[in-house]
Amino acid sequence: MPAPSQRRLIFQHIDEPGYSNDLACYVRNGGYEILKKSVTRKPEEIIDEVKKSGLRGRGGAGFPCGVKWSLVDRKSGKPIYLVVNADESEPGTFKDRYIIHQDPHQLIEGIMISCFANNVKQAYIYIRGEFPIGARILEKAIAEARAANFVGPNILGTHYSCEIYVHRGAGAYICGEETGLIESIEGKRPYPRIKPPYFPAVLGLYQCPTIVNNVETLCHVKHISDMGGEAFSKIGTPNNTGTRILCVSGHVQRPGYYEYEVGKITLGQLLNEVCGGPLPGRTFKGVIPGGSSAKVLRFGEIFTLKNKDGSTRTLTVEDIPMDFDTLAACGTMGGSGGVIVMDDSVNMVDALANLNAFYAHESCGQCTPCREGSLWMKKITARMVHGDARAEDGALLNSVANQIAGRTICAMGEACSWPTMSFVAKFGDEFKAYPETKNAPKSTDALELV
Amino acid sequence: MSQPPAKPDLVTVNIDGKEIAVPKGTNVIEAARLVGVDVPHYCYHPKLAIVGNCRMCLVEMGLPAVDPATKQPVIDPANGKQKINWMPRPQIGCGTNAMAGLHIRTNTPQIKDCREGVMEFLLINHPLDCPICDQAGECKLQEQATGYGRGYSRFIEQKNVKPKRTQLGPRVTLDDERCVLCSRCIRFSKDVAKDDVLGFTDRGSYSTLSCYPGKQLANNYSLNTVDICPVGALTSTDFRFKMRVWFLKQTNSIDTESSVGVNTVVWSREGQIYRITPRRNDEVNDTWIADSARVLYKQVRDDSRLTTIQVNGQPAELDAAISAAAEFLKVGNVAIVGSGRSSVEEQFLTKKIADAIKASTQIVARAAEGDKLLISADRNPNTRGALVTGLISKLPSAQLTELAAAIDAGKVTTVLAINEDLAAAGLSAEQLDKVKIVYVGTQSNPTSAAAQVVVPTHTVFEKNGTFINQQFRLQKSQTAVPGVAGTVNDSVVLTQLLAAVGGNKLASDIATLWNALSAEIKSLAGLSFAAISETGVVLSSTEFASLAFPEGETLHFKPAAKP
Repeated sequence: MPAPSQRRLIFQHIDEPGYSNDLACYVRNGGYEILKKSVTRKPEEIIDEVKKSGLRGRGGAGFPCGVKWSLVDRKSGKPIYLVVNADESEPGTFKDRYIIHQDPHQLIEGIMISCFANNVKQAYIYIRGEFPIGARILEKAIAEARAANFVGPNILGTHYSCEIYVHRGAGAYICGEETGLIESIEGKRPYPRIKPPYFPAVLGLYQCPTIVNNVETLCHVKHISDMGGEAFSKIGTPNNTGTRILCVSGHVQRPGYYEYEVGKITLGQLLNEVCGGPLPGRTFKGVIPGGSSAKVLRFGEIFTLKNKDGSTRTLTVEDIPMDFDTLAACGTMGGSGGVIVMDDSVNMVDALANLNAFYAHESCGQCTPCREGSLWMKKITARMVHGDARAEDGALLNSVANQIAGRTICAMGEACSWPTMSFVAKFGDEFKAYPETKNAPKSTDALELV
Repeated sequence: MSQPPAKPDLVTVNIDGKEIAVPKGTNVIEAARLVGVDVPHYCYHPKLAIVGNCRMCLVEMGLPAVDPATKQPVIDPANGKQKINWMPRPQIGCGTNAMAGLHIRTNTPQIKDCREGVMEFLLINHPLDCPICDQAGECKLQEQATGYGRGYSRFIEQKNVKPKRTQLGPRVTLDDERCVLCSRCIRFSKDVAKDDVLGFTDRGSYSTLSCYPGKQLANNYSLNTVDICPVGALTSTDFRFKMRVWFLKQTNSIDTESSVGVNTVVWSREGQIYRITPRRNDEVNDTWIADSARVLYKQVRDDSRLTTIQVNGQPAELDAAISAAAEFLKVGNVAIVGSGRSSVEEQFLTKKIADAIKASTQIVARAAEGDKLLISADRNPNTRGALVTGLISKLPSAQLTELAAAIDAGKVTTVLAINEDLAAAGLSAEQLDKVKIVYVGTQSNPTSAAAQVVVPTHTVFEKNGTFINQQFRLQKSQTAVPGVAGTVNDSVVLTQLLAAVGGNKLASDIATLWNALSAEIKSLAGLSFAAISETGVVLSSTEFASLAFPEGETLHFKPAAKP
């Protein structure tokens, strides 16, 4: 079946010739019209539309946005904050930066609609330290929008006021975890908070109710407010609504970002047709479908899934639709939409060593399992690739990973252990063979010297 | 198991099958303690904020199942009881609070595996230098490795290297390799000592405890971080490498540096004290103590210690000294300068001597600014004892101006000074020369030098005694070490002196002495030394309600409105 064509909702103007990131261009293309309409509506209506839309968070966890909004404590009497998670740090993910760089006003419009819907008076965009240009673009865009009365006091002649601030991170993956991010905005080390009791919806930024949403998610809010939740929910597949941006990197002919209706394109269509298939003379070996934390899939795997009516269906890796639910049923996740492709030139132990180095470097160090486990896994895989692998290392890696997952303060425990678990589970043969094939041959010179 | 109906603020929780009613909000570690279940932990401390970072206290948590539609309990057909919905992931015991029907399991394979995992993780980068570590013997890592570890290592990589002997301040030395990053010390400094100087640098397993740039851990509570450090990372520079803790005898005592009456443990071996640590008393000092209180034992072997009984500058036997003293006290007009540092028993005996010879009595006030935490404005530990025993009837002053005037006027010819230096209390050398002085005390000073009779006595560490703190809490301190050679127990001296001046013959041992105390002092009626609990007994203070005590607010103490 041929791949469907892209449906560019968020990326409508990305890479469009002549489209610039200034306010004039955005307004020329119909920008802020939806905000103008939105502020004439009742805030609750917009929340209802988002609920109806079935929009799921695009940051990684896929949590329904409307549910997140409905959990916010609105009776506390404290201000409600909106925090925009632009700490796009998940390896393999490069979607939010294009929104920020090329279409920042789309994000600002989405933020303002969301703030209006939730009676938020202050919003923070937390942007990762490695995006200095993005931060400057956002600052400029906010200033433009403020000058045009789209942001700031009494926007568009209403009684509604809302400020947006850009807060730059200092270069830490853990700041993408929402409570770590909140701590960072507060000026502290980004140690994720324990939940309970510190659920952001109740005790978030400065101990006030807080909504933390991903950049792409908030852009979707703009389109939901425009077309209505009902219409949005018809895009994509049931429970996996709307479009999403898939970032393909690695060993394909045409890596890049593509926006599709959620679940309407399969992994096989994406990699073989859209991305042009493997590099000449190579074959696909493994793919991480949702950012580096997602469990790897091995080409050739067969998944047997249950249908709603109790019957079963079998899927190959290529058959898996790029949605939230099917990927989860296949033991991995849609995550942040970062699709990392590895072909037969890759040794999976080497690949895992690379990932483990990343997670060991990014563990914040707050809680024991992730802090010690991530570095231990890194040390094991580093030793393996430096020529001192043992046949039992795969089993040890898996055991260490299992001592981390599910026992940590935040989801980084899973993020750092799932790659190891899945690499060892699915490519155990390579871990077993590694000492034979890759270890440095034992020198006999030393014996002669004695 | 049948339970009596729970009180309104109590909820019944089930821990490893044992049911117990606890106040709502009690955390699982504390609730489990009540049913004898140990939930191991490092970062949790009952007096510090919950952070949940060590992950050692993971437990399985469940709640009774309720049908979402009918709101009726779901009954398990297997046993006819309400079904328990167990959460798939383990939860931290420290951060899980008691609520009605909460079920906790700590004895499952999953929890065993969790604990083994955390133990393994904590040990892989730990130096395992227990043979030379001061914490050995009182180390949570050792204890829990024994209790909950796997007993073997799978780690063949290089351990992390970190700073080994950082001076965090004048009294605390840090070995970062031993640190398990529990953050107890950081939370203590910030929240209790209100001196936010500690933090972590770097991240992940390379996280390193250190002081903020340009700061030192130098506050007067810094050594509490050593106490609460579950491992050997923070050590007392004073105690470091001095003694293995398992050789030390522990004796409950009281901090005598102010009227707060911090509860302490004195650690000694073969008659020598090595350290003082706080003893938990939730109504007085929680689990804290000031650094200044930890060095009080140094007076025991200080060069200023008096160790020779003297009469007219010559060494003498106790009997001779007592008769010489009695001669001075029986003739002439006597003033007794008692002490707010003496124990209740000693003040009682002092008062009896005063009554027998019709002497005036006073004590010396020691006022200074309080630190709002565990050092109060009254630096005498037992001003209230002097009031309760009747040694004084009004609050003392720091200078003995009335006594000085009486000496000048020739109205006082003999002074019995007990543990107080009259010179420091404002008497001139000429005034000291004008009177006969009997000095009963521990350290040498101008008064002991001027005295005709000197009887060296015991420090608080060498004797039993009670003290009444600012809350009118009667607390007892017990003998940690025998008195150094040449010194005599204060009660022995005072009972003999009392008999020698014609007063009652009382036994000097504390148990018998308390028969007299409880018989003669109304607010001590019915009490005995043995009956005073380790956390003390609060006495009635209504009799002294009109006095304007100098203390301001400290931990667990709010002064009464000024009369």
